[in-house]
Amino acid sequence: MTALLEVSGVTKRFGGLLAVSDVSFTLAEGEILGLIGPNGAGKTTLFNMVNGVYKLNAGKISFAGQDITNRPPNEVVHLGIARTHQIVKPLYGMTVLENVTVGACFGRDSLQLKPARKVALEVLERVGLAERADTPARSLTIAGKKRLEVARALAAHPKLLLLDEVLAGLNPTEVELMIGMVRSIRDSGISVLMIEHLMQAIMSLSDRIVVLNLGSKLAEGRPQEVVNNSDVVEAYLGFPDIVDKLRGVQ
Amino acid sequence: MIFRRPVFWLTLVFAGLMIAIPLHNNNVSLREDLILVAVAIILASNLNLMIGYTGYVNFGHIVFYGLGGYIGLYLATVRGWNLVLSALLAGLAVSLCALLFGFGILRLRGAYFALATIGILVAVQSFVYNFDPWGRSTGLYVSFAAYQPLGGARRALWITYFLVIAVMALSMILSLAIKISKFGLGLFAIREDEDAAVVLGVNATVYKAIIYSVSAFLPAVAGTLMFYKNGMIDPSIAFEFMLSLEGIVMLMLGGKGTVVGAALGGGLYEKLRSYLLTSPKLSNFHLVIAGVLLLLVVLFAPGGLIGWLYRLVPRSEKVIE
Repeated sequence: MTALLEVSGVTKRFGGLLAVSDVSFTLAEGEILGLIGPNGAGKTTLFNMVNGVYKLNAGKISFAGQDITNRPPNEVVHLGIARTHQIVKPLYGMTVLENVTVGACFGRDSLQLKPARKVALEVLERVGLAERADTPARSLTIAGKKRLEVARALAAHPKLLLLDEVLAGLNPTEVELMIGMVRSIRDSGISVLMIEHLMQAIMSLSDRIVVLNLGSKLAEGRPQEVVNNSDVVEAYLGFPDIVDKLRGVQ
Repeated sequence: MIFRRPVFWLTLVFAGLMIAIPLHNNNVSLREDLILVAVAIILASNLNLMIGYTGYVNFGHIVFYGLGGYIGLYLATVRGWNLVLSALLAGLAVSLCALLFGFGILRLRGAYFALATIGILVAVQSFVYNFDPWGRSTGLYVSFAAYQPLGGARRALWITYFLVIAVMALSMILSLAIKISKFGLGLFAIREDEDAAVVLGVNATVYKAIIYSVSAFLPAVAGTLMFYKNGMIDPSIAFEFMLSLEGIVMLMLGGKGTVVGAALGGGLYEKLRSYLLTSPKLSNFHLVIAGVLLLLVVLFAPGGLIGWLYRLVPRSEKVIE
């Protein structure tokens, strides 16, 4: 498998705070790569660098063989990286359908309004929001808004999807639905890079996992390897007995 | 397709009536009333492209009108060019200026953008106050001879009126065309959440600069026509800050973000204003009314008259755009 996304030595400083320091990893085509780490580890900052919201202080990011370092977000979408936000950002005054139509119109295919609306309806069907198409985005539940985030990103027809805590705040049934959705996204040929705090979910979904702590990469490997890594257990998970719990799930 | 939109036909009928009614019995005083209504609609509609569609409050919108008036009047009278050509060139020149300014100040958001637009208004006004070819503070005067190419003053005033009505209709149709386009969808996304819009792929920098420039064109054309009709222009009437503010009141009153709302607000406010201005006891009282109106609308009906209609009859949203 070839590397779709290659992040090498990226660093981001906010004043005196070193948010991400010299982090490198690759994501293969068709892979689900999990990104975990305690609060403040720099996971979302890393996402913001990949899709161009933040400028890098050092390092390089390439996507599908192309250097995308410091390209603005709207260009990154055109190249095929779409993302969701941890704190959902629906376009509140617009309907669910309009929200997703924006994603399709300005995504990788730059569709015109009519085809974009068709794609949007298909995507809404796929994420189970079809019957809410004409309701204003502000009236969705939190689970609905998370799905809307995913739908908008999917409508952009990405090659790589960045999912920032799509499971947070969902109840167990909703979590299960969302996990199924992520699997079906990958099966449709879209690679996924996801941040998640819900350990059971990310352990079962990810092909590989990258662990961040205090802005640096702490470990990388298959879920099994990562949970057995003593550094990870100590620095991130805190309680050694959680390893046994996770083993039970696997 | 824009031809399938009721508002398109509504606009044409409205413009037709605006022409037919004063023409019917050669009612010149009605014509003079209606031309002010038309200009109010032009200003409010184009301001709507910024405030209502894109979510950027432009306090200096009147600068387009005044600058357009100056450029057009200069070309039409001092240079003796054709009126329509002068007006179009004025529109283009002002749009181009707006595009250049736009790339600079549209990096700012919220209150800072609003302040910058006031800055531009004041800066342009000071420039004109000191610009010799445009007559400094005395301004430019249209000699009687300048009306000759249009067949004398009497006919020229009618022709100007028709042209202003045409610009009014174009303003509304432009608003509608943008509203139902992909470009418009991008603007609405920027209005709702600019950061999210950019992440979704909208090139906000370019979109904002384009709409700022587009919103300058027709007001500049109208400026040429109006000051030509009035026979003179000077920096204090061309760049009147109060008129800029009243444009915002019109928009809020009618309903920002809607084609009909901008027109309705512009028309109603102008009628109210001219009533208050001409009634002897209430001279300049219109500004007090404007302030109170704005307060009431913002507090109790943020969607304006059209927003209120949408709430009463939700289905009207599909028809009255």
